[in-house]
Amino acid sequence: MEQKIRIGHIEVVRREQRVASLFGMFSSLIAIFLALVAGGVVMAVVDINPFTAYGHLFAGAFASKTGCANTLIKTTPLLIAGLGLSISFRCNLINIGAEGQMIVGGIAATAVALYLPVSSPLLMFVFIFLAGFLAGGFWGAVPGILKAKFGISEIINTIMLNYIAIHVLSFMLDGPLREPDNYYPQSAKIAQEFWLAKILDGTRLHAGFLIALVLVLFYYLLFYRLPQGFRIRTVGYNPKAARYAGMSVSSNVVLAMFLSGAFAGIAGMSEILGMHHRLYNEFTSGYGFDAISIALLGKLHPLGVVLAALFFGALRVGANAMQHVVQIPIAIVYVIQGLAVLFILTDTFFRTYILTSYKRKGLKRRKRA
Amino acid sequence: MEHERTLGDGEDLVIEMRKISKQFSGVLANDEVDFTLKRGEIHALLGENGAGKSTLMNILYGLYSSDGGEILLNGEKKEFSSPNQAIQNRIGMIHQHFMLIPTLTVVENVALGLKDQRFYRLNLKKVEKRIMELSELYGLAINPWARVGELSVGEQQRVEILKVLYRDAQVLIMDEPTAVLTPNEVTELFIVLRDITKRGNSIIFISHKLWEVMEISDRVTVLRDGRRIETVETSLTTREKLAEMMVGREVILQYDHPPVRVGAPILQLEDVHCADDKGLEVLRSLSFSVCAGEVVGIAGVDGNGQKELAEVVHGLRHVDFGKIFFNREEITNKKPRQIIARGLAHIPEDRHSTAIVMDFSVTENLTLMNFDSPPFTTYGMRHSRVCTEYAQRMSDLYDIRGGGVTEEIRNLSGGNQQKVVIARELDRNPDLLIAAQPSRGLDIGATEFIQKQLIAERTKGKAVLLISTDLDEVLAVSDRVLIIYKGEIMKEIIPSQASFEEIGLAMAGVRD
Repeated sequence: MEQKIRIGHIEVVRREQRVASLFGMFSSLIAIFLALVAGGVVMAVVDINPFTAYGHLFAGAFASKTGCANTLIKTTPLLIAGLGLSISFRCNLINIGAEGQMIVGGIAATAVALYLPVSSPLLMFVFIFLAGFLAGGFWGAVPGILKAKFGISEIINTIMLNYIAIHVLSFMLDGPLREPDNYYPQSAKIAQEFWLAKILDGTRLHAGFLIALVLVLFYYLLFYRLPQGFRIRTVGYNPKAARYAGMSVSSNVVLAMFLSGAFAGIAGMSEILGMHHRLYNEFTSGYGFDAISIALLGKLHPLGVVLAALFFGALRVGANAMQHVVQIPIAIVYVIQGLAVLFILTDTFFRTYILTSYKRKGLKRRKRA
Repeated sequence: MEHERTLGDGEDLVIEMRKISKQFSGVLANDEVDFTLKRGEIHALLGENGAGKSTLMNILYGLYSSDGGEILLNGEKKEFSSPNQAIQNRIGMIHQHFMLIPTLTVVENVALGLKDQRFYRLNLKKVEKRIMELSELYGLAINPWARVGELSVGEQQRVEILKVLYRDAQVLIMDEPTAVLTPNEVTELFIVLRDITKRGNSIIFISHKLWEVMEISDRVTVLRDGRRIETVETSLTTREKLAEMMVGREVILQYDHPPVRVGAPILQLEDVHCADDKGLEVLRSLSFSVCAGEVVGIAGVDGNGQKELAEVVHGLRHVDFGKIFFNREEITNKKPRQIIARGLAHIPEDRHSTAIVMDFSVTENLTLMNFDSPPFTTYGMRHSRVCTEYAQRMSDLYDIRGGGVTEEIRNLSGGNQQKVVIARELDRNPDLLIAAQPSRGLDIGATEFIQKQLIAERTKGKAVLLISTDLDEVLAVSDRVLIIYKGEIMKEIIPSQASFEEIGLAMAGVRD
């Protein structure tokens, strides 16, 4: 039977078929555009010319070599964590825990870089990479196992594990990993030969960006070429059919959560080894949460996630420039990010429901969407 | 009570629907349908799935608005734009899927949405009193304080009927009310329905089952492709005539079974026990075998362990006791993947929830079982072009229509979705094919296609296990029929050598 809701003169009916509209294909771009327009209106209300403001935002993010490099630096962790979340989202697992998985990856990478007695930089890189990968993966796999074996909501568990990770980090910085004889809660500086190499002269852009690009390729292969990606998608869409077709639902759930966490762990590793070179509180600066929006905005498509991460990175960098010149608080950028995600969700709504407006007594009808 | 009028006034029309039309995205679901309901009669609305029965009744009940035509209630022109208005005009509808809240009691369910309550306090005692009155009046025995979730399906239906009667309905619309009932419950329901009409109420009985229409109704209106074919007095017609009106041509009731040599047993069950989702034992010491070159039918009322039987063979459900052999190898409690690899194909009962992934394309659904083996995957890489080409071939071979192989399968019709499942399962060249309710919800054309495929598989020397609640289907297709009741085989029959009565008794659990 048809599902139908009436709100005043507007009737909402579930579509019998989902439509792939032009709007659907470009919905992310349209959503970003609408968000920018809405942000512009907010600026206009406080008497700032939105065109000037956006001009400075764009210039700050892309006009100079340093600007571009900074944009890519911000893009790197967003992209890696965003891809990771896309893996779990494709398995219909709502992983909110990228932030915690990043932190844990960063802690493990720092610990290995500081205390593992290996001198060869190449060998050391392998160990550091594995440490970030495995620690993040572990932090993701735990809620995955709880979900697969006991059916406990991965949403709650990943959120909770964020807090645990944050407190584990501050405990580490107060105790085991704290730099000896230092007043601040931070670790010692990692030896320079273990840092991720700079890849653009005169800027701070580091090899983490290359790692991100390799992971994009991996993500593409996983979901478009490898049978394993097909399994993860099947389990995500219809676990019953997956079981019927001979796939193991629980091992695919755990694997998707592990990979998802492992990606975030690599993002944390890349931040420490490429940017900060030491561990301190809040080194993730909320990338793990932004990554959720990026996965949604990128529609879980590899290229889409790249563009969404670039957009968010550019907003972060450009916002600084914008703040300096036209005196707008950076918070406006978060308004734009939030609106973009909101508009994306609206698109899903329009693809699933038809809105009809009624004029008097339901006799005449006019299609609206 | 006002509605206690006597029968007798033959032409006393409660409802008259004139030239009702309704279009859904270009398809005419109702094409100028006329329908009349006399006071005190049971009027059956007969037709195949998609013939427009439910659409017509949903228009009457105010769920849809009609594109043309008019409705007269007691001679007065009316139009309902919501079920609320229909209820106020004393029309009640009982849907196939009950609209009850399982965690609430019977009284609470009946009281839901009542207008005669004060806004600050529910007077459930008042509701209970009236329920008991009605229950006595119509012989609908019920415990008013039982939670609905703990009632049997038949009792839940009684609650639905009480809900409608409580609201003083003079017209009851019942959408396939017997689909979920056991034979005993059907008999009880029919007694209640007769009782209700004796008191001057009228019933519209939507169905596609011929025998129950013959048994319960006073008049029958047959719909086909959205058009009214005829309205006849039930006493002046026969099952065969109704079937022909419903389908539009003569209906094949028996297929040719070309002779084949029955080979070695492919599937053997020995004393199998298993539990359902609630932990209750549903299969009790089930033993039988299916040999190469035969179709074995499992007949029975829905919910007697048929679903679980298919699941234990597939490895989807844990076997608590007993053994299952496949090609003489034991497969008890092996993983589904291992059993599939041995040559099992399964057309499951829940097409949407188990057999296909609605968000996947036709191609992805056609390769769901073997996407990871050559030629679809070689050296660890999946080749989407190979998959598409294969899907294209299968679509041509099995005549799968609707939008091409890259289309999401949810946009295909039920018949075409089922063809995708059948194409996939048969093309793997299995030794054993389990077909559970393979033609449920399909039109006659698709049903015939599927049933012929099953017989063709058997003639090729495969073993086929057909599980169906549709007795006509089981008898037409199978070489042997086993009748299942509460997880046990009651009786084995040969289709041409058994009477309907004999089978009906066995289905109700009577041993001879």
